[in-house]
Amino acid sequence: MREPHDYDDIPGTTVFDAEQARRGYHLNMFCMALMSPTARAAFKADEAAFLKRFAMSEEQRAAVLGRDWNRMIALGGNIYFLAKLFSTDGKSFQYTAAQMTGMSQEAYAQMMLAGGRSPEGNRTQSDWKGRKDRG
Amino acid sequence: MASIYAGLATSHVPAIGAAIDNARTHEPYWQPLFKGYEFARQWIGEHMPDVIILVYNDHASAFSLEIIPTFALGCADEFAPADEGWGPRPVPVVKGDAELAAHIAQSVILDEFDLTIVNRMDVDHGLTVPLSLVFGTPAAWPCRVIPLAVNVVQYPPPTGNRCFNLGRAIRKAVQSYARDLKVMVWGTGGMSHQLQGPRAGLINQPWDNSFLDRIGPDPRSLIKTSHLEYLREAGSEGIELVMWLIMRGALNDDTRVLHRFYHVPASNTAVGHLILENR
Repeated sequence: MREPHDYDDIPGTTVFDAEQARRGYHLNMFCMALMSPTARAAFKADEAAFLKRFAMSEEQRAAVLGRDWNRMIALGGNIYFLAKLFSTDGKSFQYTAAQMTGMSQEAYAQMMLAGGRSPEGNRTQSDWKGRKDRG
Repeated sequence: MASIYAGLATSHVPAIGAAIDNARTHEPYWQPLFKGYEFARQWIGEHMPDVIILVYNDHASAFSLEIIPTFALGCADEFAPADEGWGPRPVPVVKGDAELAAHIAQSVILDEFDLTIVNRMDVDHGLTVPLSLVFGTPAAWPCRVIPLAVNVVQYPPPTGNRCFNLGRAIRKAVQSYARDLKVMVWGTGGMSHQLQGPRAGLINQPWDNSFLDRIGPDPRSLIKTSHLEYLREAGSEGIELVMWLIMRGALNDDTRVLHRFYHVPASNTAVGHLILENR
């Protein structure tokens, strides 16, 4: 049961608060392990076996294997920890951000060049009424 | 006596570091951004500090979820560039000023800011990208750097008010240091950006520009900005801007804006940069 917070009203956004940090502890610590070249090699050689070293939930493991970034965030992942995972994949923040918005990387990059996503229409849950990914 | 003569603020986007490290700064995408730092490069050559107190945030590099200090002061002689998942940036080791750092720690703790003293810490792009933007690619950094890492990864970061007042305590600490040193304080991070979720890519140019307008002449109008406003208006990662208020608090009430630059985008982020000189 999640406590309500004022920031829950921001659409498409998961604030990495104490509750999310607790939920995602082992997922994030797995990502942290990827900061060593040896661990990166072991992970790439057998991802599923490597994930067993961490006390993560099956849901978290599946989200990692499927590179489902929004799911990892929902399960307590933090973007700066997840950065170790997409860096291991040779991907960038922009690639991953595009994935999370459901846009192609090219369309996302174009949106950024045009000034980014406007706050207009993106401030509150009511702004996103009817969208499936209001999160 | 030591004194603080100026402050510098800048975003610390990792892609900027990658552009520098891979010699891509001349590309059309990056040209306008690097042009915005030409003034700083020239100015600092003529106004070189002995020490920079560099306020930044660690991005799950030195600190994992095991220990999360709200304010951590680097008191070591040196700090190595961190391996953030793609190998350490090819930049010089950062040389600290252990003696001044120890003095600051002692002074601000007695001033009721209970910061964490860190004697071993690798420093990530949050600290090294600002150095690269201003100093380019030297074989060694031209001055000493005291890292001040602020938690903005796990919510909540410290409030803007707390940051501003810590800056004031740092100013007092530096002014009570007996050695003759020229000190700058840098605040890094921001501006508006959101790196996660379906709302990723948020940029709020009017909000950023209002922040840039006010931080020099009227910082007190910013220190009560709520965390909710940062998250909603500047994006979930835009809340890094509280770190600029430590820099601002360390300066005099009266400052002069020597340089101001704003550019969208660098990867996912709005880039802001200021140099403020004490009057």
